[in-house]
Amino acid sequence: MTATSRDQDEALHEAPDRPHQPATASQTAGPYWHLIDHPEWADLLRADGPNAGYADGERIVLTGRITDGDGAPCGDMMVEIWQADPEGRYDGAFHGFGRCATDREGRFRFVTVKPGPVRGRGNAIQAPHVTLSLFARGLLTHLTTRLYFAGEALNEADPVLSAVAAARRGTLVAQAAGAGEWRLDIRLQGDGETVFLEV
Amino acid sequence: MNDPAPWLRVAPGTQPPLDVPAYGSTHKRYPKQAPLRIATTLTEASAPRMTGAHYPAHADLSRGPGWEAQGERIIVAGRVLDEAGRPVRGAMVEIWQANAAGRYNHPGDQHAAPLDPNFKGEGRVFTDEDGWYRYTTIRPGAYPWRNHHNAWRPVHIHYSLFGAGFAQRLITQMYFPGDPLLPLDPIFNATPDPTARERLVARFDLDITQPEWALGYRFDIVLRGRAATPMENPQ
Repeated sequence: MTATSRDQDEALHEAPDRPHQPATASQTAGPYWHLIDHPEWADLLRADGPNAGYADGERIVLTGRITDGDGAPCGDMMVEIWQADPEGRYDGAFHGFGRCATDREGRFRFVTVKPGPVRGRGNAIQAPHVTLSLFARGLLTHLTTRLYFAGEALNEADPVLSAVAAARRGTLVAQAAGAGEWRLDIRLQGDGETVFLEV
Repeated sequence: MNDPAPWLRVAPGTQPPLDVPAYGSTHKRYPKQAPLRIATTLTEASAPRMTGAHYPAHADLSRGPGWEAQGERIIVAGRVLDEAGRPVRGAMVEIWQANAAGRYNHPGDQHAAPLDPNFKGEGRVFTDEDGWYRYTTIRPGAYPWRNHHNAWRPVHIHYSLFGAGFAQRLITQMYFPGDPLLPLDPIFNATPDPTARERLVARFDLDITQPEWALGYRFDIVLRGRAATPMENPQ
């Protein structure tokens, strides 16, 4: 992000048109959110889902493991993804939303297509990425992060990756883990703590 | 092509922090590093578009397969607005809750209270053109949790909402007026601003109440808003 765009953002965020009612407070999803879990939603290409028959792009699998400040697996989390289609659009035929419950080992797994580069602010181009949101017991507001793909040339100039200290950049970059599989582990707290985003 | 208007920043004190010493489950889960504040791009301006076609609505939680669930039937209705007071249309609202005895239909809930075969405790509705939603359910019971000695959660219904933009995603809880457990609950009290806390409490509403049928409660929800003026291509 350039200094100028940040300044303009700041100006707008402090604008006098403050809302007359601030947003409702977030509360934890708690340990029983699985009542709204639909395990099939983790497969964005499922036969009876909104992307049934979608054949564009490259089919990929996103996996990872979520651990807490002790390195213990977070086995009760709700993970949601939101991503663009292979052409970098959010409003095309592909509906880039998925939800997955972590298993006892803290693992999640999504089946989707690889997103394309997405237009950024101004003339910037964002490298292909998938947004992840984490909800759980112990999280009073959800956490947001991004998953990028190792080896993408566009990663070098991506505005978000560029704003992260080099030592922590790797917490946002998934590594190839077999045919079509990309893996990104998430650490909530402590050594190797994932970079979370304020949207 | 204009860039998307940025999301308004969170008003101070109106959201709970992540590090809450009185709520034990936060201790090993809150990130210690500050989040990276990012500009609003298409990624943050867009949002999933759910419709009843693939996410069918289910607005009556108060009956199982042909039978009424146990407990006090209630109707809950309200509006989903943004911070400028504009209705959020077509928002998907998911709800889940304990039964009248304070037990969730969930294998992880081992509270010694009865399950109700006619109460699953899960629903899904969409807001209409004016931002209104409405569902029928059973008033949930309070239940114990092990956060501290003699800890009980106040009566509540969980809400999950998808608005018109990614930053509007919200999971929250609706509480009930007059609950003596509210002043004791570390989750409810984690939000510093007392006005913001009070807005998590539904109010009894005689207009929503249906004669000879069910009491009504009103619960409005506000999702994040955008700055008023879209920016022209910043350099």
